[in-house]
Amino acid sequence: MDIYLLRRLAAIPVTLLGASLLVFAATVVLPGDVARTILGREASDASVAALNSELGLDRPLPAQYLSWLGRFLIGDWGTSATLHAPVRDLVLDRLGASMLIAGIAFAVLVPVALGLGLLAGLHHDRWADRLISGVALGLGATPEFVTGVVLLVVFAATLHWFPVSARIPRDAGPLEALWHLTLPVVSLVLLCTGYVARHVRASTVTVLASPYVRAARLRGMSPARLVRTHVLRNATVPAASALGVQLQFLLGGLVVVELLFDYPGLGALLLRSAMDKDLPTLQACAMVLGAAYMLIVLAADLVYRLLDPRVRLGGAR
Amino acid sequence: MSAGVDGQTGTRPAAAVGTERLAGLARGARRDVVAAVAGAVVAVWVVAAVVGWRVLTPRDPALQAPSDRFARPGPEHWLGADQFGRDVLARVLAGARPVLVVAPLATVLAVIVGTVIGLSAAGLGGWYDGLVMRVLDAVTVFPSIIAATLFAALVGRSRLVLILVIAATFVPIVARSVRAATLVECAKPYVEAARLRGEPTWSLLVRELLPNVRGTVLVEATSRLGDAVFAAATLSFLGLGEPPGSPEWGATVSENRVWLTVAPWTLLAPALAIASLVIAVALLADAVRRRIDA
Amino acid sequence: MTRTGLRVEGLRAAYGGEPVLHGVSFDVEPGEILGLVGESGCGKSTLGYLLAGEIAPGGQVLGGRIELDGADVLGLDPRALRRWRSREVGIVHQEAAASLDPTMTVGAQVRTALVNSGAPRSASEESALGLLRRVHLPDAETLARRYPHQLSGGQQQRVVIACALAGNPRLLVLDEPTTGLDASVQREILTLILELRAELAAAVVLISHDLGLVGQVCDRVGVLYAGRLVELGHTQVLDAPAHPYTAALLASHPRLGEPRTVRRLTAIPGQAPGPGYTVGCAFAPRCPLATAACAATEPGLDPVGQQRLVRCHFPLDGASATPVPARPAQPADTQAEPVLLEVRGLVRRYGRTVAVDHVDLAIGRGEVIGLVGESGSGKTTLARALVGLCARGKGELRFQGGELHPRLERRAPAVRRQIQMVFQSPDTSLNPQHRVRRILGRALHTLRARRVGVAELAERIGLGADVLDSRPGQLSGGQKQRVAIGRGLAGEPALVVCDEPVSALDVSVQAGVLELLAAQRDEHGTAYLFISHDLAVVGYLADRVVVMYRGAILEDGPSAAVLAGPHHPYTASLIAASTGQPRRRPARRHTAIGTAGCRFAPVCDYAVPGTCDREPPPRREPHLGHHVDCVLQVGELPLWPHSSANPIPLSANQNRGAS
Repeated sequence: MDIYLLRRLAAIPVTLLGASLLVFAATVVLPGDVARTILGREASDASVAALNSELGLDRPLPAQYLSWLGRFLIGDWGTSATLHAPVRDLVLDRLGASMLIAGIAFAVLVPVALGLGLLAGLHHDRWADRLISGVALGLGATPEFVTGVVLLVVFAATLHWFPVSARIPRDAGPLEALWHLTLPVVSLVLLCTGYVARHVRASTVTVLASPYVRAARLRGMSPARLVRTHVLRNATVPAASALGVQLQFLLGGLVVVELLFDYPGLGALLLRSAMDKDLPTLQACAMVLGAAYMLIVLAADLVYRLLDPRVRLGGAR
Repeated sequence: MSAGVDGQTGTRPAAAVGTERLAGLARGARRDVVAAVAGAVVAVWVVAAVVGWRVLTPRDPALQAPSDRFARPGPEHWLGADQFGRDVLARVLAGARPVLVVAPLATVLAVIVGTVIGLSAAGLGGWYDGLVMRVLDAVTVFPSIIAATLFAALVGRSRLVLILVIAATFVPIVARSVRAATLVECAKPYVEAARLRGEPTWSLLVRELLPNVRGTVLVEATSRLGDAVFAAATLSFLGLGEPPGSPEWGATVSENRVWLTVAPWTLLAPALAIASLVIAVALLADAVRRRIDA
Repeated sequence: MTRTGLRVEGLRAAYGGEPVLHGVSFDVEPGEILGLVGESGCGKSTLGYLLAGEIAPGGQVLGGRIELDGADVLGLDPRALRRWRSREVGIVHQEAAASLDPTMTVGAQVRTALVNSGAPRSASEESALGLLRRVHLPDAETLARRYPHQLSGGQQQRVVIACALAGNPRLLVLDEPTTGLDASVQREILTLILELRAELAAAVVLISHDLGLVGQVCDRVGVLYAGRLVELGHTQVLDAPAHPYTAALLASHPRLGEPRTVRRLTAIPGQAPGPGYTVGCAFAPRCPLATAACAATEPGLDPVGQQRLVRCHFPLDGASATPVPARPAQPADTQAEPVLLEVRGLVRRYGRTVAVDHVDLAIGRGEVIGLVGESGSGKTTLARALVGLCARGKGELRFQGGELHPRLERRAPAVRRQIQMVFQSPDTSLNPQHRVRRILGRALHTLRARRVGVAELAERIGLGADVLDSRPGQLSGGQKQRVAIGRGLAGEPALVVCDEPVSALDVSVQAGVLELLAAQRDEHGTAYLFISHDLAVVGYLADRVVVMYRGAILEDGPSAAVLAGPHHPYTASLIAASTGQPRRRPARRHTAIGTAGCRFAPVCDYAVPGTCDREPPPRREPHLGHHVDCVLQVGELPLWPHSSANPIPLSANQNRGAS
């Protein structure tokens, strides 16, 4: 187990390096002139060239990459030309905001999805299962902005139960903050629950049909005890990998949800900087998101290994 | 001559088998009402995309009528009108085509490329497989929506970019899935038996392995189709892909978000259109998967 | 409550409307072991589940009664049924590994079983350890903390047995308890069952397809066919059957010490009827003694002779073993054959373990070499290396005098055609998407054997032309294996490596496939490397027998000589396991594998401490061409007294006094 852990941890910097190359390469693919985009169509060629030179965009590519990488690693992430602020402060501030939404969504997702999936699996092929599975399938397929729009129209615009914007006022207390975040969190949760609940349902059904559950039943174990002793653990352990997959959608969904609910998070910043061709900000956002994603995936994998003794201890014979 | 014949098995002529399959599909449709309804919904949108809004509604989606600005749903405009007085229903019908062009093309591209990569990686093994896995791992460093956003934003808005970007994010998923299914088959003795009698490698891949992973490929294709509609709508919502003013559903939702409190029908109609298509495709994909697992 | 044992009366059950059990009745006294034998599809698994009051989904009980010590099992309400299951009955299924929860420690599972049967929770840990010791699991404290996947197959099976014994049941049902286990492990489980039977005073029902196992362990035997009990009586039934099906089953069952030259196996033609009603006797379509009366009315289960019931209009007199004896084969020409394939110093590894350790082997033209060994012996790796599928490692291969490349892809097509392989599992060795015609046709094409047509090849393997357009999923196990053999024979090979070719088949079907292989050898002079864990099957066809253990060949010689002895102690233990002699001394555990000395020494009953574990064993030669690697002198090596002149009976009643 330890060797595996060390190997995975060692792989992170390598992968991040690869990611940095990708990010840098992407920003190079730009068909347009960065300086011209910033200055506008009417700017003179001379001022465009001057800005290009100032931004260091006329140097050879490897040199640009290395100098950017060097500066990034020591914490100098540059300044945003369009937002006129140091990139690092911008990104880290927004990171906190995004992680707040993502964290709450995840905390709600896990018990809800596991619970619904188990319920559907235990009553499989009966009406509870059909209902849960059907709704889960539908919700898992619908983009977050669609559910978000419906939520907004019904609960914000019509019923006025929740605010239209998720922007938290500066002096708001925790309850008020949660009230603002409810609709975006619900949109994210609805999407991810769909997939995870169906996964848990499937593994529950498999476990119920397994020889060891049958053997325990033939020893006279009551259904309630069966579920407690054997089904619960075996059905939910595979969910760890499903949840890991969902984190992808959770992070991606941040971009959409932040845009729809007017929330100042990292996703919105990524999009904005990509549209504005604000390279330093774009690169920093991409790197931070990539690193966060990798760490989360590693954590999910470790949890799975912890829970499943077959993977943790390996075969002895 | 050896002793004992183990028994007779009947055979049936091919034509009878073919008509039996069609009858089986019809029976399946009757039994699985949900899938039938889903199929009907998809058919409606496909018709709208292929035939065009002109055949289905008298209103012109591009016709601006300032007098009808923000008209509520009623006999004149069944789903109301938007900030330019354009008929919402007509715009929704017209918005079917962009999605139904991008999503299937992206899916087909991703499935073909992904299957080739996955099949060959598992079948050939060795250093080639190792290389493919490393590349796939490297490419999936970012969550797909974020990667797609990054590229589409940088490269510019166009349908072609959308198709390529969506396909590119799906190729690793399809490749991994096909590779896993192929590996399962490779472990079975019939593959070794084929090697023993001297089948060339390409023949092994195409003649022996591919027919046995057909089911996986089909499941991937139908699942990715739903995901492609999801991605196309989402990327359009984010402002990538379609030119401004396009009736595409995601773009329309994004444009009309400001009118949330004033004219919610301009938001609801395209949002529900997306939901209907995406859910219908997902239900169909699920029915296909259940059929194949059976 | 007095113990009256198990009483089953007129049990009828169906699956999805089709009847699978047609009025099964039998009794089992407390302390008695009843064996129920039958082939696949006879309904024994359904019966096994019904004895625990379990009806599989889609099944119904149509009638009949199951009574244990007076309690009507089928009439219990769910709560009472649970209580009954936790205290009165214990079930052991095959595939022990699957019957254990992979995420719970072994000790926790036994404790759960104990608490469930009413044991006090506070004492459960001690009781669990006691139970583990009772099933002969050494080092119970350490083992209890392990997870199932860390245990061997035999240990897992013991844990399952321990869980079944938790409530001190009055009925113990064992459903194929030793299938899939090595012979030596089977023997230990067998010994355990016999001991437990003596302690428990429970009624035991042993369900199996293995006639030998049933004969060794059981007091009485019931033979199931198509959901009906066709014969019921003391285990002598197996040596002197009264029902034609039992007799035919025995006639197709290979016996140790009876090669093809002594007794020819006969397969049972046709197939068993599927679920559903039949008119007349169910076995009539396949019975050589059937008359019109048999096809018209179904016989009842009537007494015949002493304490025996038979369902037949014309029961056999019970004296002869076979109704239609077949002509024994001609003994092979014992002249020295020119060498076809030679292996020198072959080494193959799986990661760190050495699977094949400097093995030398020679196969002559038209010769059948039987390769015997348990799991981990390296026999499959050796086979794959010969065929070219396992190329990495040292060693030299020579074929027809010339060099043979270790990699399959590098061999010339002409050479590739000459060496082919038949695999164990008929289900996965044929491409499920291809029709038979295509499978055989492609084989003929790529092996460049165009002279023979597909239809002709099909006829050669005993399949009619109507099978050609079917897919493997529509064929029976025996038919599939014939197709696999036909595919290998397409290029008229000189050598076919058969890796457990009949292990996955029913006994009555095995005979047909074995005879097919033998006929090919007789007509075309094909040589075989015939691999099996089953000594009786190997001994049937083989000219020479090679015994492998943990990567090395321990013994090598003519099959009659190897069997009769003097032979290697390992061979002796394999024979003892095969004929079901219970262990007289407790089995020794394999500890660390030393690099020096004999690799069998750690578990050998005859090992000499100080010599066997230090020095490599010398080569002894009990007969010409027969080699044994052992420190014992030829006179000290074990013998097997039963040869073809004095065959061992299947029922072991006479032998059981020794345990």
